Amino acid sequence: MGITRRQLFGWMAAAGAGALAPGVAKAAAGKHFSGYPESFGVLHDITHCIGCRKCEAACNEVNDLPDPDTPFDDLKVLQDKRPLSATAYTVVNRYQFESASEPVYVKTQCNHCLEPACASACFVKALRKDETGAVVYDASLCVGCRYCMIACPFQVPAYEYDKAFTPRVMKCTLCYSRIREGKLPGCVAACPKEALTFGRRDDLIKEAQRRINRNPGQYVDHIYGRFEMGGTSWLYLSPRSFSSLGMREDLGVKAAPEYTSGALAVVPMAVTAGVVLLTGIYAIARRREQIAEDERQAAVAQTRARAEEEMKQKLTEQKKAADKEREAIVNREVEKALKEAEQERAADKPAADDDSGKET
Amino acid sequence: MQQISASLKNAAKTSVWTPFNIVAGIIIAVGLVLTVIRFTGGLGAVTNLDHHTPWGLWIGFDLLCGVALAAGGYMTSAACYIFGLKRFHAAVRPAILTAFLGYALVVLALHYDVGRPWRLPYPIFYSQGTSSLLFEVALCVFLYLTVLFVEFTPAALEWLGLKRARNLVVRLVLVLTIFGVILSTLHQSSLGALYLIAPSKLHPLWYSSYLALFFFVSSMFAGLSMVIFESTLSHRFLHHKMDEHHLEQSHGVAISFARAASFIMMGYLFMQMIGLAADNDWHHLTTGWGAWYLLEMIGFVALPAFFFALGSRERNLRLIRWTALWAVLGIVFNRLNVSLVAFNWQLPADQRYFPSWMEVGITLFIVTLGVVAYRFIATRMPILYEHPDYREQQEE
Repeated sequence: MGITRRQLFGWMAAAGAGALAPGVAKAAAGKHFSGYPESFGVLHDITHCIGCRKCEAACNEVNDLPDPDTPFDDLKVLQDKRPLSATAYTVVNRYQFESASEPVYVKTQCNHCLEPACASACFVKALRKDETGAVVYDASLCVGCRYCMIACPFQVPAYEYDKAFTPRVMKCTLCYSRIREGKLPGCVAACPKEALTFGRRDDLIKEAQRRINRNPGQYVDHIYGRFEMGGTSWLYLSPRSFSSLGMREDLGVKAAPEYTSGALAVVPMAVTAGVVLLTGIYAIARRREQIAEDERQAAVAQTRARAEEEMKQKLTEQKKAADKEREAIVNREVEKALKEAEQERAADKPAADDDSGKET
Repeated sequence: MQQISASLKNAAKTSVWTPFNIVAGIIIAVGLVLTVIRFTGGLGAVTNLDHHTPWGLWIGFDLLCGVALAAGGYMTSAACYIFGLKRFHAAVRPAILTAFLGYALVVLALHYDVGRPWRLPYPIFYSQGTSSLLFEVALCVFLYLTVLFVEFTPAALEWLGLKRARNLVVRLVLVLTIFGVILSTLHQSSLGALYLIAPSKLHPLWYSSYLALFFFVSSMFAGLSMVIFESTLSHRFLHHKMDEHHLEQSHGVAISFARAASFIMMGYLFMQMIGLAADNDWHHLTTGWGAWYLLEMIGFVALPAFFFALGSRERNLRLIRWTALWAVLGIVFNRLNVSLVAFNWQLPADQRYFPSWMEVGITLFIVTLGVVAYRFIATRMPILYEHPDYREQQEE
């Protein structure tokens, strides 16, 4: 494959350096964050809410949302449970219990988590936690993947599914621009019964605790939002269990980013270790191939050498045999010649003998 | 080569009104109409997506299944080029092509699914939300699609006769393969990790802190099964395009891949069990959800694993091929369970999501585009056969 060892090391170094660059893990390191200091929140005292929907109307007006199908003073809509939607940042729902004559009203809207799941899930940073405490959305960055909606444990973000070109994620802004101007959020300003209290989150927790302590039996001893999902800027006091009011109590106290930080932290390590591991496996496989090839060649060479040796030996033997044969032939010829010569001589001699014999 | 061009000419002479072309044509025509509706009327005009279910069929099937089934690309190229198993060489190109088309179609499907598709480059080039698992997904899709494209180019360049460019790319094979395997590992696992942020919405039998690992490991046997399944289809419909080298190796590939898939599936089952034990989810097994979960684990993992093992032991190709289809369906079952069935499991039935026929139509449209593109490329470029000019060099 035409790759030298030097090249291989070069790539490994480059890949290692690349893995250091992103710093993905740090961004989601799950350290507990207890909110921006002095950040704001709202305490919703459910016992005070009368379901007048004035907060809904104010929210609609402040945020320039489209007019609703039925006017806000029509309380019949309370018969059904309504989710938040792309045209309603806040909704009041009624819960009727058989054991009590009076229904319970609960306002829902974005809870403005201290460490928002939506913001940690957004892959273009279109959602962020503002220093006021608001979780703020920037439509100019949003791609519309709706992962924030998957991530939100409170089912808050809504989407403008019917818009073809400019669909947005829609959710409560905590009226952060009004807060910056020194005004109250629209809903808080409109509430006639002080079911909503705006203030610094730390103060609201103290106030909520005070109300629980002062009015024994009126509240369940829990401030919803103090620890849920790592804590939220909205806090709730309730006369009954929160789960009976459609608020989940099984969410746990871990902030959403803590669920994903481990998976993100693995990434740079996986890249680095992956390069080392795979290059190593490749090198081993290649070395093994090389060794097999070397061994094959050695075996071939050996076989050839042995064959040559044998051939040589055979040749020498043959040569020897040939030499011997030739020698034998020469000897035979010499012998033959000698014999013939002898015979000739012998033939001559008796003739002479005969002559001499006749003479005696 | 002459044979091939001759058969191409024959193909050109035959009528275009084949059953395949007619069906594909109808689906594509309907898909184009739906496309117009989607991009002029918004997501609401074609989908059943709502406030509770922002991700529907296009994410559950087109994205999650598409990516899992494209895993054959990294599995095969890793086996051949990194582990040095040269006997899988003939399977590399079809697998890379499938992966490339798979990823390209995933990206196409995302254009339908996100609200403002023209901003899809934002997470990479404009505003990086690095704390999001979806950012990792986006980055991996982007990079891996690029890698797959480059890995695929030799076939196209051979077809176009651009020798020098082709040889240049071939020299990059190793580094591309290593890069591709790492990106796939991260990408497959990050798709599972997407759901880590919603423990309150995904049923505990499917939610696990090991979700990323489950997605990665299951993608391995998804990829292997898909290579076998797709080679079955190719043998049936594109047999004439295969050369001796491919035909000679393909049986061995199927048997080896079946054995590997079986082994990995067994391991996956044990991992699932560890997941159950880690979160102590055993008591859920006796509920209706438990039955559904067991159907997935036994019916679509354990049984195919057994039949893969049996098939490879007895060298029974027919069994292996049917099991591959079964395992592929199992992966689809799993991904849809995580993304749609077990997601929002606490919602009352009347608020649950079910895809509209138009969502199904777009999905069919995209799958059909993939099949047509595969057929177009495999009948023209050296995918199932080696280009005669480069046969020697392939051995490198």
